[in-house]
Amino acid sequence: MTNKKKYFLNAQIIDPCNSINEIGGLIISEEGKIEASGKRVNKNNIPSREAFVDLSGKHIIPGIVDMRVFGGEPGYEYKENYRSLSEAALSGGVTSVVTMPNTKPVIDSVSIVDFIQRRSRDKSKINIFPTATLTKNAEGTNMCEFGLLKNKGIVGFTDGIKSIQSSRVMSRIIKSAYDFDCLVMQHAEDHELSKNGMLNDGIISTKLGIPGITDLAEKIIIERDLTLLEDINCRYHISQISSKKSIDLIDYKKNIVNFTTGVSINNLALNENDIGEFRTFLKLSPPLRTEDDRLSLINGINKNLIDVIVSDHKPEDEESKRLTFSQAATGASGIETFLSLALEQFHNGSIKLEKIIELITHNPAKILNINKGNLSIGTDADFCILDINKPWVVKKEKLLTKSKNTSIEDRKLQGKVLNTFVKGQELFKFK
Amino acid sequence: MAINSNKAIKINQKHLLGIQDLKISEIKYILSEAQQFIELNRSKNKKLNILKGKTQINLFFEPSTRTQSSFELAGKRLGADVMSMNITNSAIKKGETLIDTAMTLNAMHPDIIVIRHQDSGACNLLSQKVNCAVLNAGDGRREHPTQALLDALTIMNRKKNIEGLKIAICGDILHSRVARSNIYLLTMLGAEVNIIGPSNLLPKDLEKFGVNIFTDMTKGVKDCDIVMMLRLQNERMTSSYLSSNREYYEYYGLTPDKLKYAKSDALVMHPGPMNRGIEIDTMLADDINKSVIKEQVELGVAVRMACLKIFCN
Repeated sequence: MTNKKKYFLNAQIIDPCNSINEIGGLIISEEGKIEASGKRVNKNNIPSREAFVDLSGKHIIPGIVDMRVFGGEPGYEYKENYRSLSEAALSGGVTSVVTMPNTKPVIDSVSIVDFIQRRSRDKSKINIFPTATLTKNAEGTNMCEFGLLKNKGIVGFTDGIKSIQSSRVMSRIIKSAYDFDCLVMQHAEDHELSKNGMLNDGIISTKLGIPGITDLAEKIIIERDLTLLEDINCRYHISQISSKKSIDLIDYKKNIVNFTTGVSINNLALNENDIGEFRTFLKLSPPLRTEDDRLSLINGINKNLIDVIVSDHKPEDEESKRLTFSQAATGASGIETFLSLALEQFHNGSIKLEKIIELITHNPAKILNINKGNLSIGTDADFCILDINKPWVVKKEKLLTKSKNTSIEDRKLQGKVLNTFVKGQELFKFK
Repeated sequence: MAINSNKAIKINQKHLLGIQDLKISEIKYILSEAQQFIELNRSKNKKLNILKGKTQINLFFEPSTRTQSSFELAGKRLGADVMSMNITNSAIKKGETLIDTAMTLNAMHPDIIVIRHQDSGACNLLSQKVNCAVLNAGDGRREHPTQALLDALTIMNRKKNIEGLKIAICGDILHSRVARSNIYLLTMLGAEVNIIGPSNLLPKDLEKFGVNIFTDMTKGVKDCDIVMMLRLQNERMTSSYLSSNREYYEYYGLTPDKLKYAKSDALVMHPGPMNRGIEIDTMLADDINKSVIKEQVELGVAVRMACLKIFCN
């Protein structure tokens, strides 16, 4: 690469991996690597002939690592493709995504992994870390080739929108994942209990006349898996939790086995009342639950019981959502609004800024065992510049994702990514 | 409660989607209008021209006998041009979505669409996409407002006031839109409502709606003025909710023995269609001293005439 060195000065740099939260600068090498970062970088120790960008009042954070994204490829390119996903992600400060394997065909074999890797190299501007399914065709019966798939570059295994129902299969998955040192990511939902359910089981589901999903459906799978881990403790991550019952269980199990936990920004920012009169864009999995549940999730973050926040970006085309609530597809697109929506919790005093950044950069990278989400010297310069106070309003026609099914249309947010860099290259600039 | 026939009352809603959207004054207004049609329906000449030149479309996505025919008759007696869509022969069978169907019909400038749909909230969706008034004739498990209104009218004709009455609603509450609409309406009008059913057929957090919950039927019907039975909706039961119909009848079917726990002048109601011998004893259902089931059907036409008249304008 024949780039010039870049100098950024006077920004508030937050780099939880290196415990940095200070005013300082960032030097990007010609090769697009971090050359220096932090308070040591200031106007007095850079060559006076070099131009620099003065970022007074702005923040620099590592590029966001979003651990739960539906990328569309292959099979659902009409909902999202790597190109549209890249544009959307970059505008939200996301430079690395973990894509879910619920594609068509599902990602469960080495040859499909090969295909998506070539596609992502050609079309994607961001780093794509694909996952593969735990079981063939995500049917929950026969295990995938963890060893071979991991060698091919798969960072984690999950059936994505499905949960392994059989305790026997799950116990074997855990043992096999242990042998190959693979990360298992479980979408915790007992499908028997949640059958036909579409939103939280409670007063709202009763009022709307829509079958509910009990929070026990989530708890029962987490409880089973964490119990299985007592025997053999593989790398295990609960993709998303939604309820207080799960938090209480995690609190209890934290000292017994090793595991990590994620939560969707939707469950942190919204509750079941937001569904109003059948807003299909808020039909989500796990469902939005009560305000008490939401507050317990925030409390869980502050008590270190939750390690990761994800966007759960699930693009669905207009045709899949312009239906009755029962017929509509599940999920919301949210990668562009992810950071800004998370910053709500900082602005309203619920979670510290550094904590939020840790949960969307360093922590997911650590769990995935990838060298991302930090500003360490020598690593790829994936980062973004942020105006933490800039107000803006979510308008679906302005979103860059191919599908505009945002859960927070017209919401007033505070904090916007101004520039996003991948490997030292500026790939997004706010206009 | 005397029926208030104050003509100055206006309905704020453009559509009739559910009882929960209505105010007490609006409910009383609809009932007072309906009252006036009861005599007309019993007289020789039943035809009016209040809705002359208006077009009413009945859009029934679920099978229905009494509601559909009741709406059709109501429209015709008011002089409207009534069209009942036959879903089995329509584009819906070819995969057309509800919104597209709505747009198509809307282009034909109807004045009122009556819709029944298996999905909760279907009428809300439709109402956002058309220019005319939408009347909900039952959506999924959510609401069936005209049924609750005709039940209230039936009760008022027999018991004068709803306020202060003790009313039991018994059976498959989970799947029942009739139960939900009646809970809203009867509690709003000041009745004490007892809900009776097996735990498997009770929706979550129902007690937050201001009703008493019973799983023991004899306790639930104790001293009640009205016992309203609901149909066991076998077609909506996808997995094991009940062990058998026989056991259900034994514990939750209305029999003369169980009715003895209610007041001696208690009335029996049922929205129909009935599963005789499953939720209600067949003799009891036909007992003209106790059962007002046929009267419910009769007053249904009057209530629907009132709704069409009010919402069409």
